[in-house]
Formats: sequence, structure tokens, C-alpha cells
Amino acid sequence: MFKYVARRLLQMIPVFLGVTLLLFVLRAPGVLPGDPVRMITGERAISEQLRAQVIKEHALDQPLHVQYWIYLTNLAQGDLGESFQRGRPVVDIFAEKFPNTLRLALAAIFIELIVGVAAGIISAIKRYSFWDVFVTLSTSVLVSVPVFWLGMLLQIFFGIQMKDWTNEAFFLPISQMSSAQFPDWAHLILPAITLASVSTAYVARIMRSQMLEAMSQDYIRTAQAKGLSRNAVTFKHGLKNAMIPVITFVGIDFGAMMGGAILTESVFSWPGVGREIFLAVGQRDWPIVMGGVIIVVIIVMIINLLVDLSYAALDPRIKYSGAKR
Amino acid sequence: MTTAQVAPVQKSRTLWGDAWRRLRKNKLAVVSMTWVVLIVAVALSADLWVPSTFADPLAIDTTPGASLQAPSAEHPFGTDKLGRDVFSRVIYGARISLAVGLIAVAISLIIGLALGAISGYFGGLVDTLVMRSADVFFAFPYILFAIALVAVLGPSYQNVFIAIGILGWPAIARVFRSSILSVKQNEYVDAARAMGASHVRILFRHIMPNAIAPIIVYGTMSIGGAIITEAALSFLGMGVQPPTPSWGLMLSDARALMFAAPWLVFWPGFAILTTVLAFVLMGDGLRDALDVKMKD
Repeated sequence: MFKYVARRLLQMIPVFLGVTLLLFVLRAPGVLPGDPVRMITGERAISEQLRAQVIKEHALDQPLHVQYWIYLTNLAQGDLGESFQRGRPVVDIFAEKFPNTLRLALAAIFIELIVGVAAGIISAIKRYSFWDVFVTLSTSVLVSVPVFWLGMLLQIFFGIQMKDWTNEAFFLPISQMSSAQFPDWAHLILPAITLASVSTAYVARIMRSQMLEAMSQDYIRTAQAKGLSRNAVTFKHGLKNAMIPVITFVGIDFGAMMGGAILTESVFSWPGVGREIFLAVGQRDWPIVMGGVIIVVIIVMIINLLVDLSYAALDPRIKYSGAKR
Repeated sequence: MTTAQVAPVQKSRTLWGDAWRRLRKNKLAVVSMTWVVLIVAVALSADLWVPSTFADPLAIDTTPGASLQAPSAEHPFGTDKLGRDVFSRVIYGARISLAVGLIAVAISLIIGLALGAISGYFGGLVDTLVMRSADVFFAFPYILFAIALVAVLGPSYQNVFIAIGILGWPAIARVFRSSILSVKQNEYVDAARAMGASHVRILFRHIMPNAIAPIIVYGTMSIGGAIITEAALSFLGMGVQPPTPSWGLMLSDARALMFAAPWLVFWPGFAILTTVLAFVLMGDGLRDALDVKMKD
């Protein structure tokens, strides 16, 4: 196990270096169209003096490999640079927003697990029934829905139409700013549903196919032959084994939500990491954009590693020691 | 020769012929193919009938009362804040979406097929290099990477193709590589090699045609993915720029007005949904027809 962890960590190094190199190249002068000074200061015109100062401060006059080295050492020290426009370190800006993104992601994971797993199980144990067809079709539709559109439809329906129809008796808050009359968790409902939508469909699909596979295994027949009840067979033996790939997917998805929630956060004005990056794009504040991307990549890589490692705990069939057979 | 005379005459059946027969039996796939053909036809012929029958998608109407009209006979989907006809903008939006979908996926295919083929066929160091580069791409959350790329290239219509195209290659390369790896083990490949065929001939004549089925399935679904990504980028202001009618951009404009004019929200999103769904279901149908095994 220790060997596996060490090997996995070593494997991460080239990928991580590749990521940093790629992001570095994206802003390096002369590689792509775009003025590196403007990538720091934004689109506004600046004086020659300020320009010279920015070039000096960011070592833009140095050879590329020196610049890359500076970039890496800064990164290793947790220094992602400063937002020129706001005069604040990029790390501080994101540290503030991160808890909001985390809260939204946890709520979305909760929904996708409950709804996705339930739909997948029903679909699998009642194969070819009305519910199976319904779940299969609706998952296809859900993966094709643009999440920002779904978010807006939910806002219109639950925030405005419901308010009209029920004479303001029942409706949901449409964004963090919309009202103080709701408890904190109520603001989470619509954004969490929106963020969970596509993933719920995937969870249901994976759950269905895994459940079907698990139920056709020999140990299920053994359990049935022992005279266990249908429920005991389905849930204790089938579900337990079918859950592993689902957990993996949810783990990776959780990582993706750290930055991938940009659309949901934008639609609901949710003050998280994704929205911060979106706003920075609008203001052409590239240090925030690039810093945000690298933070998210690091978080995603760590979460993916943890997901891989948790495999060992969940599935005793997987051995990590390598070629021992 | 004598056996040929004795054998019963049988109509030759090809893999593709069989696949086509199976595809035609799949109702969902037929409906989605019809929908795709319809959208393509509408997008291509838009200049011929939309401006004359309805309105020019770019025509701004500043007369009082012209903007934000609810749907009516004259404007089936209403008008937007500049008094432009939403119906004709939705129709013209199909052009951008289809163009982005097709061109971006074409770019991904060119890069992904070449790298996947080299990687799978030759193996070794090349394989490691290509696959590790793919890992680097997979380390990024997709939409964020697209935003970063467009941010650097500058938000425009062409750069959206390029960004989505570049981001799509690793998945294509992986699928093609694993497909080639399994085809490579067939005896007919050994036979071709023993007969002295060149690498190029083996790759193009014997391996690729037999390894392409998963790519057809994956490529079809990717068109849907590219369309949704374009819409997302345009929605965030990082894609197609105004006044070009794009579904994502229309939704972005509609967002500020969604409570005053909900009809602005519905139709562009509905167009994205049905188009993407059509490509996804078509991909599903092709997967079953070509009998490709893919993980969810």
C-alpha cells in the first residue's frame, strides 16, 4: 500500500509539471498572440513607466526558462501572484470564496447520491419496466441539458411563477442576494439541484449497469440459494459491490465541482471560486483566472489521488503491490 | 474454384451494411437522425426563407414598443431587448452551433486520430509521451481550461473552434489507441506483416478500418458536447461575440431579463437541448448498431 501511494505521487509529478508548463506557455510572451503585460494589467491603457515597472517586477525581460523557474518557485511557496486590478494576492481572494464552493458541492453530491443511486437501483431491479425506460430516457435528456439554462428555468419557475400562483406562500430564493427572509440552507436548494443535474444522470447510469452486473454474479446466486430474502440479496450483496464505481465517479465529480461549478455559480450569483473566475474573465483580470485554474487543478489532482487510494479500502480484490499474483 | 460453384449464392453482407440495417430499426436513433438532418437543412437554407418570411436576425427595431414583445403571430418567439426577432435568431443560431460542433470535432479528430494511431501502433516511448500529455489535459476541469484557452487566444468565434478542438483530442486519442491495441493482435495483421507490408500499409489498410467504429460513436457524441461547450462559453461571454446570433449568447442576454421576458430564455435553451440530445441519441444508436463496447 505504501509503495502504491509513493508510486502514485511520483506519477503525479510529470502531470503536474506538464500542467504548470502549459499554463505558463499560455501566458509567455511570443508564444501566442497577446501581450504578456496586458495579461497582468488588463485591457486598460497604461503608461510606459508602469509598463516598464510591470516587466521588471514580473521578470518578463528574462529568458523563458528563467521565467518558468520563477513561476514554479513562487507556486511552490503558495504565491500565485497578485491581482493587479484589485491589488490583492490571488490566494487570498480564493481562500475567501472556497468555503462557498465547498458547501454547494457537498449539497450537490448529496442530491446526486440519493437520487442517482435510487434511480439506478429501481431501473436495474425492474429492468425493461416503465421505470427503467423512464430513467434511461431522462438520463439522456439530463446530460444534454445546458446547466445554465436549467438554472434559469428553475429560477423562473420556483422563484417567480410559484410565488405568483401561491400568493407568495411558497417559493424558493433564486440567489444568495435575493432575500434575507430565508434560512441559509434554502439558498442552496436551486443551485445544488442545478449543479447536480448532469452528474445525477451519470450516477443513475453507472448504478444501473453496475447493479445489473453485480446481480448476475455467482455470489448472488449463492446468497439466493442460502434462502436470503430478496431485499437482503439485493442490498447486502448486490448493492455493496455495485457501489464502488459509483463512489469513484462521485469522488472525481466532487473534484470537478471545485472549479466546474462556474456555470451554476454564475447563474445563481453564488459567491464561489467559479464565479470569481468568471468575474475575473469579464474584467480581463488574468492573474486571477490563471491562478484560479491552477488552484483548481491542484485540488482536483489531490481529490483524484484520494479517490484512487480509497479504492484499496473499498475493494479487497484490488492489490496495489504490483506484479504479485 | 469448384467450391465456389457448389456454395449457395449468398448476398455479401458487410459490417457497415449490417450496422445500417440495425440502425434503421432503432426508433430513437431514426428520430434523432431526422432531427439532425432537419436542423442542418434549416441552418443551410435559412437565408432563403427566414429574412423574407419572418425577420432579419440582425435587424434592430428601436420604435417604442418593438422591444421585448411577447410571442405573437408576427414574432413567434417574441422579440429581444433590441427589438430583434427571436425566432429568426434561434434559426440562425443553429448555424453557429453546427459549425462549432463539426469544425471543433474535426480538429479533435485530426489531432486525436494521428496521435492515437501512432501511440497505439508503435507503443514504447512515443506511447508514453502521448498518453502522459493526454493526462495533463485530463487534469484540467474541462470548462475552466476552455475559458483559459479562449482568454489567451481572445474571445471570438474562430477561437472557440480552436479551443474546443484542442481540448477534445486526448479523449479521441485514448479511445482510438485502445481500439488499435485490440485490433493489432489479430492474426491478419501478423499475416500482412509477414507478407512484407509497410507500417503505413498495415496501419491504414488493415488496422484503421477495423478500429474506427468506436471513433464514429465517440465523435458523434462529441459533436453534442462541443455544441454545449460553445453555448457555455458564449453564455459566459467567452465565445461568439454580439451581434452574431448564438444560442449561448442569447441566453446570456436573456439572463438579465429573465423575469420580465421569460420567452427569451426558453427557446434558445430548448434548441440546444434538442440538438445535443439528437447527437447523443444518434451516438447511442450507432454504438448499438456497430456493437461497440464502451464504458459509461
